[in-house]
Amino acid sequence: MESLFADLIQIFAATVRLSVPLIFTALAGLYAERSGIFDIGLEGKMLFSAFSAASVATVTGSPWLGLFAAILTGVLLSLVHGFASITQRGNQIISGVAINFIASGLTILLGNAWFGQGGRTPQLANSARFTEITLPFAAEIAPIPFLGPLYSGLISGQNILVYLAFLAVPFTWWVLYRTRFGLRVRAVGENPGAVDTAGISVTWLRYRALICCGILAGFAGTYLSVAQSASFIREMSAGKGYIALAALVFAKWKPLNVLLTCLLFGFLDAASIRLQGTIIPGMGEVPVQLIQALPYILTVVLLAGFIGKAIPPKAGGVPYVKER
Amino acid sequence: MSAPLGTLPRWVNYGLLPLLNVAVAFAVSGLVVLFIGENPIDAVQYLVVGALGDGEGIAFTLYYATNFIFTGLAVAVAFHGGLFNIGGEGQIYLGGLGAAFAALALDRYMPWYVTAVVATAAAFAFGALWALIPAWLQAKRGSHIVITTIMFNFIAASLMVYLLVHVIKPPGNMSPQTRLFEEGGQLPKLGWLMQWFGLDIGAAPFNVSFLIALVAVVAVWLLIWRTRFGYEIRTMGTNATAAVYAGIPYVKTVVVTMLISGGLAGMMALNPVMGDAGKLQIDFPAGAGFVGIAVALMGRSHPVGIVIASILFGVLYQGGAALAFDMPNISREVIILIQGLVILFAGALEHMFRPALIAIFAAKPKSRTASAAGAA
Repeated sequence: MESLFADLIQIFAATVRLSVPLIFTALAGLYAERSGIFDIGLEGKMLFSAFSAASVATVTGSPWLGLFAAILTGVLLSLVHGFASITQRGNQIISGVAINFIASGLTILLGNAWFGQGGRTPQLANSARFTEITLPFAAEIAPIPFLGPLYSGLISGQNILVYLAFLAVPFTWWVLYRTRFGLRVRAVGENPGAVDTAGISVTWLRYRALICCGILAGFAGTYLSVAQSASFIREMSAGKGYIALAALVFAKWKPLNVLLTCLLFGFLDAASIRLQGTIIPGMGEVPVQLIQALPYILTVVLLAGFIGKAIPPKAGGVPYVKER
Repeated sequence: MSAPLGTLPRWVNYGLLPLLNVAVAFAVSGLVVLFIGENPIDAVQYLVVGALGDGEGIAFTLYYATNFIFTGLAVAVAFHGGLFNIGGEGQIYLGGLGAAFAALALDRYMPWYVTAVVATAAAFAFGALWALIPAWLQAKRGSHIVITTIMFNFIAASLMVYLLVHVIKPPGNMSPQTRLFEEGGQLPKLGWLMQWFGLDIGAAPFNVSFLIALVAVVAVWLLIWRTRFGYEIRTMGTNATAAVYAGIPYVKTVVVTMLISGGLAGMMALNPVMGDAGKLQIDFPAGAGFVGIAVALMGRSHPVGIVIASILFGVLYQGGAALAFDMPNISREVIILIQGLVILFAGALEHMFRPALIAIFAAKPKSRTASAAGAA
């Protein structure tokens, strides 16, 4: 019993670690998509931010400057996306695909030219990373059954970005549902014409939503390269941007649902790693691939309308043309 | 897609504008190379020599181009119907499964040309099948096809790993792949075609799939511009509401368009699986499904444009390897950057230069009528 509980704590801790980049990225997508801009480019923004964070942290030795560079990168890519899809009224999907390609190619190209390790960045010292923070009394509470491991193994001992990710969810909720800006973002994603009639600039509003998106993507990238691991590795986002996109759809574009969905997808990821090669008596080896594919399958089933209905923001994907 | 602000002469709209967009993409890539501290003109030279310098280079270039013709056509057919098939990657993967089944079943009993026909049909069918569910969901339940096809790429990847590791792999074999196909399951190389031009194919895997791709090019052209169904596809792509009013069945058109698109993507698998490796391996699509997006955008979804764009991307893929060898500071991934920039400038920003071009070119006919009116 005791060991099963310890196992569970370990899996939950892994779940938290794996879901943090999803939470940041899905929230990033939430700002963009609620304002009516589809964002397939989340993957690329996360990847490029991870590269910037690791590069700057390597050169300066400061994780905070790395985070700053990552945020800058995320915002810049968002502005490219905005220029193409808001100002030039281009196809938002195509623009997102382009950003993914550019990030994938440019990170390896620059990494190879600057550090000469085939696209990797050098290993970061612990002082240049966001390392685990032990919360007060973790050691004292640890011996208490159940509560002890829960506090010292799961709640304490995470890095600062993990706590920020969990704070970003209520914060996003507050911004979206309790501020004027949030109300307008939601309105512009549903009916930009009405927002325009009220004398509010659709263009500027959508740009601001995309900047929020870029900032959060920057956090996600930093987490990958400077907190979770200690260097940038080529293609290290490995499809997480797409899982986050799936999570956003699965969460029906709502912040609190995003948290739960990302934890679920993170848990599936943690479970598939944990169960690799495990044999269940009578059933054979656990089909790990099925567990890995489950987030995508669940999202498709939801999209098909078989479990609830995911209704995207009405004006999503359509460039706004002002009436003349 | 967006309302034209004025009419441009055809050669500007289909020639100069895309050329300008692609040129800007290459110029930006050149700036990046310059930023790294290398000479972009030298880089282009290495790239072109590596891709077109000898028979083997050309054959490799055409081998890559074969992949991109298939995937470019797949994306283009969907584009004509106003659909965005981003799921080429998964459809290729499944197409490879179909081709491999045909090859494994027939290679010991049939000559290659019989196997090739069956394998082509199987690859098409499997690719189409993988596009069926996203297509049906788009048509019937309104689920966004971009999201569903992306999801299906990942589901395909998991499914294929499972099948290769647990089901298809011959017992006792360590690596997750099928057995090597016998001669009856492999597509012959096109050495004779190269010899016509006095070139030596070398070790390049340039094979019969190239000819199948050219047949597909003609078939797609016929389908889109010379058949009733092609007309329906284009009508739906231009204005789905009008198409429905005109009596075009929406669900059927969406589903069949996507089946054709997925099938074309699936056929791409013939080239690497039966033409090169002679076995089915993990991750063989290697991003070719996404290159198809760049190719279709650059070729403006026209079969001829797609062939030209595919050869250009073939040059990039083959030449990129040579470039990375000659200039170690530039890694092979520079071609991914170029693709991204082509997609950005020829796709998302395709209208950026239009107002300027309209100011230059569309003004002329007006002034001519004005002068004609003055003369009268």
